[in-house]
Amino acid sequence: MRAARRGSIAAKLAKPQALAAPYVLWLAVFVAAPILIIAVFAFVRNGGGFTLSHFAEAARSWKVFGRSFWLAFVATAICLLLGYPLAYVLSRESANVQRVMSMLIMLPMWMNFLLRTYAWMSILEENNGLLNRLLGFLRLPQLHIANSPTAVVIGMVYNFLPFMVLPLYSVLVKLDKRLVEAAQDLGATPVQVFRRVTFRLSLPGVISGVTMVFVPAVSTFAISKLLGGGKSDLLGDLIERNFLSNKPFGSAISLLMMVICMVFIGLMNKFGDGGEGTLAI
Amino acid sequence: MEKELIRLENCTMAFDDEVVLDNISLSIRDKEFLTLLGPSGCGKTTTLRIIGGFTKPVSGGVFFDGVRINDMPPHKRNVNTVFQKYALFTHLNVFENVAFGLRLQKPKLSKAEIARLVDEMLEVVSLRGFNNRDASSLSGGQQQRVAIARALVLKPRVLLLDEPLGALDLRLRKDMQNELKRIQQQTEITFVYVTHDQEEALAMSDTVVVMDGGIIQQIGSPEDVYNEPKNAFVADFIGESNIVDGIMRSDGEVEIFGRRMKCLDGGFGKDEPADVVIRPEDIDIVPLGSDAAMLTGQVTNVTFKGVHYDIIVDFKGFKWLIQTTDLSPVGGKIGIKLDPDSIHIMKKSRYSGMFGDYSSYSAEYDDISDASLGEDDVEDDE
Repeated sequence: MRAARRGSIAAKLAKPQALAAPYVLWLAVFVAAPILIIAVFAFVRNGGGFTLSHFAEAARSWKVFGRSFWLAFVATAICLLLGYPLAYVLSRESANVQRVMSMLIMLPMWMNFLLRTYAWMSILEENNGLLNRLLGFLRLPQLHIANSPTAVVIGMVYNFLPFMVLPLYSVLVKLDKRLVEAAQDLGATPVQVFRRVTFRLSLPGVISGVTMVFVPAVSTFAISKLLGGGKSDLLGDLIERNFLSNKPFGSAISLLMMVICMVFIGLMNKFGDGGEGTLAI
Repeated sequence: MEKELIRLENCTMAFDDEVVLDNISLSIRDKEFLTLLGPSGCGKTTTLRIIGGFTKPVSGGVFFDGVRINDMPPHKRNVNTVFQKYALFTHLNVFENVAFGLRLQKPKLSKAEIARLVDEMLEVVSLRGFNNRDASSLSGGQQQRVAIARALVLKPRVLLLDEPLGALDLRLRKDMQNELKRIQQQTEITFVYVTHDQEEALAMSDTVVVMDGGIIQQIGSPEDVYNEPKNAFVADFIGESNIVDGIMRSDGEVEIFGRRMKCLDGGFGKDEPADVVIRPEDIDIVPLGSDAAMLTGQVTNVTFKGVHYDIIVDFKGFKWLIQTTDLSPVGGKIGIKLDPDSIHIMKKSRYSGMFGDYSSYSAEYDDISDASLGEDDVEDDE
C-alpha cells in the first residue's frame, strides 16, 4: 500500500507541470504578494477601512501622469521611426554584417545604465558639454537642451532603442522574401509592397518593440532625474520620492500606472490581431 | 501559328562570376504552353525570373510584344507568377489573397466588381466557398490553387509557373497537371512552366526547352525532344536511352559493334563518328540464331515493372536496357533486331560518352543516373 502511494506521488512529480513549481512559488511570493500588499496600501485608510482618498490624492498629480505618458509616447515614436529602418536594413544585410551590427546595437546595453545616462549629461551640458563644444567649433548656434524634457526624451531613446530594434529585426529577418516578390508580381509599387506586406507582417515585432520601450519609459526615474534637472518630474520620480514617507500615496500611483500600462498593452495586442510574437499579458 | 510574344536575345546571367545562363535565345509564342526543363542548376528558374523581372540579365535583351523590357520592374509587367511553394500572404484570407492584385489596379475597381472577379476565379480553380479561410489553414493542393487564382485573376498575357507541383504528392500532382492544362486552354493565357520532371513536361507542353549548364540544349515539341534528341544529354534526361558509339558509313547507314544497320538519319560526313540512341522500348527480341538477329547478347538482370520487364543485356561488354513484355531468364542469350526507325543518330557533343550505358545498373538505376547528373551541377539556381 505504502509503496503504491509513494509511486503515485512520484508519478505526480514526474508530470512536466511539476517542473514549473519553483518559479510558480517565486511568482506567488515575489510578484503576486507584493502587488496585493501595494493594493492594500492603496485602498486602506490610515486607521483601517476602505478608501479611495489615496487615489484622489494621486489624481492631483495628473500633470505628472500626463508628462510621463507624453514623454514615453514621444520617445517610443522616435524609437520606432529610428529603429524600423535600422532593423529593416539590418535584416537584409549579409550574415556577417548582421552579426557585427546586432553586436554593436547590443553593446551599450552591457554598459551600466546610470553610466550611460551620466555620459549624456556631459554631452548635453550647457557650457562645456561635448555637443555645444562641437557646435561652437563648427560656428553653429548653441543648443540649450540640458535639463529639459528634450534631454529626457534623448536619454530614453538612447537607452531603450535596442529594445525596439531587436524584436523588429527578429521578425523582419524571418520575413519570407518571396512574399515581397509575389506582391511586386501582382502589381504593387515599392511603397505598396511595404504598406500591404512587409509592414503588416512585421506588426508583431512593432507591437513587442513598442511595448518594450513604452513601459520602461513610462516608469523610469533615473533618466528624468539626471537629464531633466529635476524640473520635469515623471511618475517614477514621484514614486521614488514619496513611497517611503507616504506609502498609500506611492502605492496608489504605482497601481494606477500599472493599470494604464496593462490597458495600453491590451489595446496594442488587440490592434495587432494577437499575431504571434506579441507580448501576452 | 500564333505570333511571338516574348523573346530572349543572347541573354547571359552571372552571379559572382559564376555563369548561370550562357547566351541563351528563346522565342515564346502567344497562347502556348512552354516548359523549361532541366536538372537543378541548369538555369531554368533564372530564365523565368528574367521574364518576371526579378533578375536582370548582365547582357542581352528581353522583349515583350516587341518592346524591350530589361529595365521594367515586375509590377509594371503584364506577367504574373505562381511561385515555388506558393508564397501566399499568410496575413490574409483566401479572398484577400486573390483580391490582392485587383485592389492595386488603376482605375480602381469597385468592391462589387472585385468580389465578382474573385468568386469567378475561385470557381475556376474549384475553391468555391473558401473565401474566408486562412491561407495557412489550407492543404498544399488548395494553397496551390489559391496561388494560381491570385495570378490568373489579373488576366496576364503570360503566367510563369516555377515548379508549381513540386511540393505535392504524386496523385495530386497528376490531377493538377490535367487541371493546369485545362485552365491554360480555357483562359488562352501563355504558360511558361519550369520543372525538372520530364514526364510532366512531356504531358503538358506544346513546346519543351531542355536546358543544362546554363545552355539551351534543345527546343521542340514533346515528340521532337523524345524521338529526335539533339545530343546525349537530352536523350538521357528525357526517358531512358541506350547510347552507343557508331560510325556513319553513309546517309541511312550506321555501323555499331562492327555491324552496319539501316537508319533514317543523314547529313553526316562519310565515316563520321556519331552517338547512336536506341530507346529501350524500340528493341525487338528475336530467337537466337535467326536471320533477323542483328546482335546477340546475354541477359544479366531482370526487373519486373508491372507493364513490362526491364532487362539488362550485355553486348560485347556494353550493357543495354531493354523493355519487353517477354520474360528472358538471367544468364540466357538473346538476339535483337533494330528497325531503321528505332535508331536515332546524333552528332558528337560534349556529353558524348557520359550517358546511356547501363553497366552500373541496379534496380534503382533512376537514382544512379540522377546522381551522375548532379556531378557537373554544382549550384542550385534558386
